[in-house]
Amino acid sequence: MTALIEIASPATGGRPRKGAGGRWGWLLLPSLVLLAVLFLVPLGLMVWRSVSEPTPGAANYSWFFTSDVALATLVRTLTVGAVVTLVTLVLSYPYAYLMTVVGARARIWLTLLVLLPFWTSLMVRTFAWVVLLQDSGVVNQILGTVGLGPLQLIRTPTGVVIGMSQVLMPFMVLPLYAVMSGIDRRLLDAAQGMGARPAIAFLRVFVPLSLPGVGAGALTVFITSLGFYVTPALLGSPDQALISQQIFTQVNGLLAWGRGGAMGVVLLAVTLVLLGLVGVVLRLTRGRGGAR
Amino acid sequence: MRTAPARIALWAFSVLVGLWLIAPTLVVIPLSFTDKASLVFPPSGWSTHWYTNFFTDPRWTEALFSSLQVGALVAVVATALGTAAAIALTRSGSRWVKASYGLLLAPMIVPTVVVAIGVYALFLQYNLLGTLLGFVTAHTVLALPFVIIPVTASLRGFDRRLEDAALICGATRWGAIRQVTLPLIAPGVVSGALFAFVTSFDEVVVSLFIQSPYLQTLPVRMFASVTRDTDPTIAAAATLIIVFTTVLVLAATFATARRNRVR
Repeated sequence: MTALIEIASPATGGRPRKGAGGRWGWLLLPSLVLLAVLFLVPLGLMVWRSVSEPTPGAANYSWFFTSDVALATLVRTLTVGAVVTLVTLVLSYPYAYLMTVVGARARIWLTLLVLLPFWTSLMVRTFAWVVLLQDSGVVNQILGTVGLGPLQLIRTPTGVVIGMSQVLMPFMVLPLYAVMSGIDRRLLDAAQGMGARPAIAFLRVFVPLSLPGVGAGALTVFITSLGFYVTPALLGSPDQALISQQIFTQVNGLLAWGRGGAMGVVLLAVTLVLLGLVGVVLRLTRGRGGAR
Repeated sequence: MRTAPARIALWAFSVLVGLWLIAPTLVVIPLSFTDKASLVFPPSGWSTHWYTNFFTDPRWTEALFSSLQVGALVAVVATALGTAAAIALTRSGSRWVKASYGLLLAPMIVPTVVVAIGVYALFLQYNLLGTLLGFVTAHTVLALPFVIIPVTASLRGFDRRLEDAALICGATRWGAIRQVTLPLIAPGVVSGALFAFVTSFDEVVVSLFIQSPYLQTLPVRMFASVTRDTDPTIAAAATLIIVFTTVLVLAATFATARRNRVR
């Protein structure tokens, strides 16, 4: 959680001393060598294969941008990401707001409820959703009792959205809470003192001030959702695959390294563009000062 | 202020959200004690059969052992490399050192499936699939950010005058780091090590690509089990993971809390 927020802040901490530049730098070498061999080289290999296999050239990219299946996968991935972002926002906003208005003890419990899934292994949570969402599962039993009848949840994009939203919710609640808890409540009192009804004061004062948290949370959830593999692979269906599933199939199943690589490059490019946006949002957040 | 009905609605909504958040945990733990050979919830009777099954089936025990072994090695390697890197990052004023901070955290941001296919290509070429070396090095790259972040935070809060004092008293630079700095930033290092272990222990996507029949980690075994069988041994495995990682993460959190107090 703090990890994702810290991305944008450079490690200028401690007190680097003048003239000490070269003395400590070599301690980075082992990490950088490992990173070069097992991160940069693999990424390079993927990019290289995307333009060299099976034949040199941009064939894999022209395939991607002309193939209905590949484009549909990309659109589906972006759509699922957007829906997951919206669902987590709608569920997290009131939750995070409640966290800021309750006493210390209740806040600890509310925080624990968010952190518990955050700590639980992704594989375990996804397996749990497979159990919950199966055709005769608890969710369908409840839906049946209420009269909404059994629904096909697993192996559908709906199931994927439910599972992914639960998995990603901490990434929305935590930045929202961080921003909301920094908002000066006297501004709301002031608005009401000037004659605004509570709901209006909330909408016109509190909500705009909380927007940096909404932006940071939404982008984090959206970006993370794009690269999800396990949850869509187990809760979704193969013919409604997301891009990471397609990459897996292309490379591991069909040995189509070129196409898989090209899809990987597209996914990486989309992620990096969005990440640039996160940087902008975080800078805006800092710029406002008071909102943190 | 908000009116009472609004407040009640807010609480009701949040309680439902909270239930939804812990629903997976609420399902998996009881399910692991079912007496039936199916993943039907709620269970009708109770038994510890699936735990016996887990610990007597070599496919599960070997996967557990591999996970523990890989995780422990990743914790050691990532902590050593990450701590060294964090010292460099907080002390060196040079521009290229600062620039490498972003690079070191990049594995956290780049979609894992993208890293996974690249590592898969590399390992295919050098016959590293299903090897301990392959698992440990690949997981270490993913775990490094989770060591660097807490250790860097510890170092930022550390008063370097203590190290200067040791130097004045005649310690060598390495002596001062070993005897003064490292003990003081130990909580950050410990939490980094635990996070590195958990990162490796939970990792699925890269592991799915670089596994072989001879070396599978527990999450990979679970993945295979979800897609094929319906036997509740997987619920027992999941419960064991929940208990185990919760204990570790709580330990890491306490270590971090202590670090903040040390400041």
